[in-house]
Parts: sequence; C-alpha cells; structure tokens
Amino acid sequence: MPELVNLEVFRYSPEHTPEPRFQKFQVPYNKEWVVLDALNYIKDRTDGSLSFRWSCRMGICGSCGVLINGEPKLSCATFLPSKSSKPIRIEPLRHFPVIRDLIVHIGDFMTKLKKVKPWIIRTNESPLSEGEFLQTPDEMERYHQFSHCINCMLCYAACPIYGLDPLFAGPAAIALAQRYNNDSRDQGAARRMPILSSHDGIWACTFVGECTQVCPKHVDPAAAIQQYKLTAALHSLKSVIAPRGAA
Amino acid sequence: MTSHSGYTLHHPQWLRRRVSTWWWLSRWRYFKFILREITSVFVAAAVVLLLLYVAALRRGPDALIAFQSWLSRPPILAASAVVFFFTLIHSITWFNLAPKAMKVRLGNIPVPPALIAAGHYFAWLVISLALAWIILTGG
Amino acid sequence: MDSPAHDVLILGGGGAGLRAAIAVAQSAPELRVAVLSKVYPMRSHTVSAEGGAAGVVAKDDSLDEHAYDTISGGDWLCDQDAVESFVRAAPQELTQLEHWGCPWSRDASGHIAVRAFGGMRKMRTWFAADKTGFHLLHTLFQTTLQYDSIHRYDEWFATRLLIDDGRVQGVVAIDASTGRIQAITAHAVILCTGGCGRVFPFTTNANIKNGDGMSLAWRAGAPLKDMEFVQYHPTGLPFTGILITEAARAEGGYLINKDGYRYLQDYDLGTPQLKPVLRSMELGPRDRLSQAFVHEQAKGRTIPSPHGDIVHLDLRHLGEDVINARLPFIRELCLKYQNLDPVTELIPVRPVVHYMMGGVHTNNEGATPLPGLYAAGEVACVSINGANRLGSNSLPELLVFGARAGLAAADYARSAHPPSDHVEAQAADEIRRLHTLLHRKGGRRIADIRVRMQSAMESGAGIFRDAKTLCDAANEIAELQSADVSLDDHSLTFNTEWIAALELSFMLDVAQAIVHSALSREESRGAHQRTDFPARDDSRYLAHTLIYHRHGDAPRVDYLPVTITRWPPGQRVYGR
Repeated sequence: MPELVNLEVFRYSPEHTPEPRFQKFQVPYNKEWVVLDALNYIKDRTDGSLSFRWSCRMGICGSCGVLINGEPKLSCATFLPSKSSKPIRIEPLRHFPVIRDLIVHIGDFMTKLKKVKPWIIRTNESPLSEGEFLQTPDEMERYHQFSHCINCMLCYAACPIYGLDPLFAGPAAIALAQRYNNDSRDQGAARRMPILSSHDGIWACTFVGECTQVCPKHVDPAAAIQQYKLTAALHSLKSVIAPRGAA
Repeated sequence: MTSHSGYTLHHPQWLRRRVSTWWWLSRWRYFKFILREITSVFVAAAVVLLLLYVAALRRGPDALIAFQSWLSRPPILAASAVVFFFTLIHSITWFNLAPKAMKVRLGNIPVPPALIAAGHYFAWLVISLALAWIILTGG
Repeated sequence: MDSPAHDVLILGGGGAGLRAAIAVAQSAPELRVAVLSKVYPMRSHTVSAEGGAAGVVAKDDSLDEHAYDTISGGDWLCDQDAVESFVRAAPQELTQLEHWGCPWSRDASGHIAVRAFGGMRKMRTWFAADKTGFHLLHTLFQTTLQYDSIHRYDEWFATRLLIDDGRVQGVVAIDASTGRIQAITAHAVILCTGGCGRVFPFTTNANIKNGDGMSLAWRAGAPLKDMEFVQYHPTGLPFTGILITEAARAEGGYLINKDGYRYLQDYDLGTPQLKPVLRSMELGPRDRLSQAFVHEQAKGRTIPSPHGDIVHLDLRHLGEDVINARLPFIRELCLKYQNLDPVTELIPVRPVVHYMMGGVHTNNEGATPLPGLYAAGEVACVSINGANRLGSNSLPELLVFGARAGLAAADYARSAHPPSDHVEAQAADEIRRLHTLLHRKGGRRIADIRVRMQSAMESGAGIFRDAKTLCDAANEIAELQSADVSLDDHSLTFNTEWIAALELSFMLDVAQAIVHSALSREESRGAHQRTDFPARDDSRYLAHTLIYHRHGDAPRVDYLPVTITRWPPGQRVYGR
C-alpha cells in the first residue's frame, strides 16, 4: 500500500459551485512530487474540472502561486510533505477575486504595473549605431535585485495593506518602478514620482515586511518601498527648503 | 447545462472574499506586526510626557517641582518604565530598518547593511552621552 | 462585413510576439495591433531561456564566422541567405534590447560581456547571468506597456484561423475567463506561439508549448517545414526535465560518465582540456552531444536512475564564486528542485527534448505562403537553424524575425481589404464545433491519450529512429487522432480541460507531421538520425521537407532545395 497524502482543495465555480467549499482528495506520496504534481494527478485521473494555472514548472513563469496551508507559495516549488497527518490545504491567493477554483483575477496588478511606467524613459534618445549604453557591473548591481520579479503575486497575497486598501499600488509594482529608477540608463524618475509618492503609493505601506518574506526570487520589495520613502521624503524636504531648485 | 440561477452566461462572476476583522490573528507574523503598530502609542506617550515637562518648566519652579513629584509616584514610575521600554524597542526596530531604506556608497563600494545600522547606533550613543553630559554636569 | 477589429493580430505574447507588436506600434502608430495570448505575456516560455543570445560584437569576431558556425551546426540544411541576413541583424536587435533596459551582463568597463557557447568558434553570446530569457521577456513586456496602440487579449485561446478568398482574416478564439467564443478579425495575423516540446514526455518545454500555431497554420493549408528535426538538449534534470543551460559547460563544466570519464572524447569531439575550448568537447553542438549519450548508454557506461539513465555534469571545480556570479539560477534550480548543491555535488543530467527546428514555412520576412499569415520565433521555420540549432541562436532569432514579421504584416495590412461575410459563416461553424466538444461525454480521458502520444513519440521519433519505429508511431498517432475525448468539465468559466482537449488535438497534428516528415527523409542529418540510413545524403536531401495537411488522410510530403550562397556542404568538424 503506497503512502497517501491528503489534500483539501478550494473549489469555486460560478456556474456549478457558487458557494465555495473545500474538496478532499488523496494522492500517492512521491518524494519528487511538488504540490503542482499532486494537482495534476487529480486533474488527469480523478477530476478534470479542477482548475489552476501552471506553465514552466521551474519557478520562473510566475503562474502557479497559491496558498499552501495559508502561506503564499509557488505550487511548482513546494514539495509534498511526507508523513503529514493533517491534510494540505490549497487555496487561491488571498486578496484577489477568484475566477474559478485556484484561479484568481490579476487585472488590478496589470493596471497598476502600467501606471508606474516600468520601462526605460530617456529625455535624450541615442541611436543604436552608437552601441550600448555603458553600465558598469556596480551600476547594474544598484537595480539588479529588483529586476528579478516574476509577477507571481505572492507578495500581494501576503500584504495585509493590499487586502485592506485595494488602491495600494502594492509591493511588486513599486519594486519594478524602483528597478527603473535605480537604472543608470533611465531618466524617468521624476515622471514616476507623482504615482509612487501619492497616498496609494509608498505611503500606504506600513512596513509589515511580509512581501519580502514570501518572495520566491528574493526581490525584497519592502526594501524598495522603504528606499523610495526616503527618496520621496528628501525630495519634499528639498522642495520646502529650495522650492525652485527641487522643481 | 445545470447552471446556477445567479450565473449570467459569459459574465464573469468573481468571488470576492472579505478580509476578516481578525486577519491579524491568523498568522504570528501579522500579530507581531500589529503589536508593533499598537505599541507605538507608548512612543506618543513619551512625547506627551516630554511636552508636559516643558509646560511645567514654563510655568515656573513650583510647577516643575509639583510635576517632578507627580512623576516619582510609583504608578507613574511604572508607567514611565513601560513607556521607556517600548520607546527603546521602537528605536531599535527603526535603526534596524535604516539599512533597508538607505543604500550608502563610499565611492563605488556599497556600504554593508550592518555597518549602516552600526553607524546609526553609534550616532545614538554619541548623542545620548552628550545629553547625559549636559544634564549631569549642567544640573 | 465591417472592417476588421485589428490591422495586425499577433498570436502569442512571448519574445517574438512582443517584438513584433513593438515593431508595428513604432513603425505604424496608426495601426491597431493586438496581442492574443493564452497566458499573460510574461508567463510565455521565452521566460525559461537561460544561457544567452548570440550576436557578433567582439573585435576578433566576424559575421561570416557566426554564419559558418550556424550553417555547419545546422548540418548544411540552413538557408544561407537567411542566415547571412540573420547574423547581420542580430547585434542590432540585441543592442535595441539593451536600450530598452535588458540587464545584459557587463565587463568591468561597462561594455556588453560575451560568453562561449556550444558550436560557436568565438565568444559571442550575450547573457543576463543565466536568466537571459527571463530578462529579455520582461524587458519586452514592460516596454510594450508604453504603447497604447497595442491591445492585449490576455488568456484568450485561438482555435482556428479565418480564411477568406485564400487570405487569412483573423481567428476564432475563446476568452478563457468567461468561455465566450468570438471571431476576432484582422487584416494580417502573425503566429508567435512557440514550439511543441509537449508532444514528447520528457521536455524542457512549459505546459503551454503544444504546437498551437503550427497546427492552426497547417489546418489552414500552410506547409510545415523540416518537422523531423527535434532538438534534444544534452543536459536536463531527470524527472522534471528542467534545463541546465549550456552556459554551465561554457563556463567550464564537464560531462562525465559513471567512471568519472569525460566520454565526449570518444565521439570525435576533441580531447579534454582543463579549460573549455570553443567548438570542442562539452562545447560541441547539441545533436552530437545527445547522440553521444545514447552511444554511451549502449556501452553501459551511464548511471541508472529511477527516471532513466543519466550522466553527470560536474561544476565543482568552477568554485562557488563563479557559480554564484555566472550561474545563479542553475544553483537555485538544483537546490530547489533536485535537492543538491552544484558547488559540492554532481548534477545528474540526461538528454531532453528542447526545441523544434522545424515549423511553419516562412520566407526571410516572416511571410508564410498563405497571404495575410506571418510567423516568427520557434513556431516558424525560416530556416536559419537547419538540422540542428546552435545554442543562443533562438533568442536573437525571435527578435530579428519577430521585428521583421511585424513590419511585413503592417505593410500588408495597409493594403488589405476587409473580410467578407464568408468569415462569419466560418466562425459560426467553429463555435458549434467548440460547443460540441465542451459537452462531449463518454470518451477517453485527455491524459490517457496524451500519455500514449508522448510515449509513441519518444519510442518512435527519439534521438535515433528507423522506418519501423516511425511507422509504429505513425499508426499509434493516427489511432489517437480518431479517438473521442471526453470532458469532466462542461462549464464555461476558465475551463482548462476544454482548452487542454484542443491543445491535445493540436499536438496530435504536430506529432503526425513530425513522424511523417521523419519517415520520408531517408538519411541522417543533424538531429534527425535514422539507424537504417546512417549517412547524410546531399544528392537526395539537401532540401527542406514541406509537409501538407490532408483532411482524413496521411499528409503529403514535398521538398524544397536549400539555398546555398557561399558555404558548400562540407564535413562537420568539432574538436580538431
């Protein structure tokens, strides 16, 4: 008799299960299996209607974030626990509307991402024929960490502020804005400032720090936000002391 | 199709889950965060105490003596100890946060986070010693 | 019928699709361009590319050398005019990515750094540590956000091309989140849907790589080209198939067998040196390295594992600093998914299906023979990859040809005329077909058919094939194509099973094209190794396979001569 693992999976379907519920499943234990393999086992053999997102299965596409026993995790990067007496509870990411089962709607993030202008802004264009912009490894190091965000949304699911105040721009969007602000090739920091230093930008953050805890790519969005608070505070201080100079 | 009566064909009907009032009890880390937020009232209390002190000073020597004797009553002393304790904790969490918010460079070399925090603690110590010196020698 | 919804409709939001979208938005801001993708664009499989992107920048390098490496690496099945124009455009495209913010790794002076790669005689591979595809895709995606003329259909799944008067006029697609099926008309359609690694059981490819675009084009009458050439990457992690980039060997990693012996020296790939030598040993081309594994296995010198035989990739001598600086993602993947640290331990690896050299037949501008239909990236076959793609050529390929297809489609869209009512009738047919499938019960489970297809492909059309294995596979695929699938899920809201059923039928088409193309080519060349025809045969097969779909019948195979400009077919020499 192979060892079995018990799962409790969140189910919701507006057509058939309008009242959300947890459904119990059993899958064989396999030490090489991640939670995603268990979900696929269920979908392939037991219940083809179980719905979830996944793609690369190597922790880089950012599709498969769910709550596993309450913690936001990538289901492809979380091994099944062995000899677990309690069932593993799998739920859709917190703070997002659920479309179906484990699938959440992330349109809100996509809108906010665009708002922070996450692209290189240049005031003076230089032609490709002049070659690359020079950037030393040290200059790259100043933004590199923030460029590793895979948009998996685990930080939004971990952030109680986002849960309570859906207008908050959120950890990933701010980290990505800061990624460009810190890039030596970018000249757009001033254009991002009105969005970032608004009420729903960095100042909504009370530094819970959970975003950084759950980030699977060690982006440290909390640091990005606190850094920008300092930048914005210094900027407004300057605009009080020397209004023209700071403008 | 066995459709639910509330469902309209092709219309998204997302399930919006409300954040529970008790969300901060759901995880130890959230609870710690709320504790940190709540105990900041003691920092405010420290500020109020200071302001009261200044007000007493302004009203003259008699008021100051009265205020100081009020301060030395046991319940007030105990409360002050609590206020001092949390102010200390918040100072420490604040200084520990500093390296996250500040990326300092000397030339091209990034200053390691521990050194930035150490710098803050050092400045704290120097200022405290200076204040102690003024108070102890000046008083 | 009304004027179409879009001027240019791009299927797929990976590297090629996004590059095409930007090309249209920049060159023709007045055109209405749309990107329709079954996943959010930043989830596309470009994200998984690791090692780098080739483009000549070093002073001691030349375009001709890049072209020669590509052509000899492709066993002379590349169209040389295409390769020449590709290597010319590649550095410019990579510089463009740099201007858009891609964090390419740098040398100390701030210039682009390049690394060695398999089959390349010079260091010319640009890289962003070992997450090149990730950075490239996110840079492109974030860059597209500034163009308001780019409309996105996120999580829509295209099921059929609409054809009017011989011209492609749009698609029918399902909006996954609501299940609504809609005709989306356009003057021109660009396929950027990627490859089809999922027709095999063991692949580096993401779950979304089902040959969708190949099958859409094929059913609409466009030929697929060189589909027998399936690339096995020599180093994938067993069980998961996670890719361990060639850059691990370019940085100096060794491939060793069960005796700790660098076995590649036995397969005419050079003599082992301590430091990596270009075009030698571990830096040989992928087809030869994967074939060497099979020979080594036959000699009993591989290591058995629960998930098939393996050899070892040894990075230990590189040291922790080099691994952290140049291969951080490889270390992370090994730690997270294989529970081992390459700094101190050997990495188990085996050949794994990685890339499709073949694809929808296009010309140098990305145009297919079907008017109004363009293709770029892995879904297309231009062909610059011939019988075996060199590592780090696919990322510049999707940029160069993505941009070109975008420009060509924009040009075409300006002069095209609107679709007729005929398109509406086609869309109505398709909607009926999709609804019938949605309510299908009592057939076989999708997973059963998929598993049988995958094992038929592995045993029939693997690294080595012959007429018998291929015939068996062809029969099995034909049987599976006629099988009825049943669904557990009959709802409209985000029905992933419905989409999986459609993907399965796309994959079966592609599997059929692969098997029949392979059966037809009675020679061995590059990644297509026939044990019953072990030699290359330039007299008969210095030609591209063109395979045509025939409804309810075996496909028709035709050949198109390879374009040779300056490099007559020669011997592929590595390590000497």
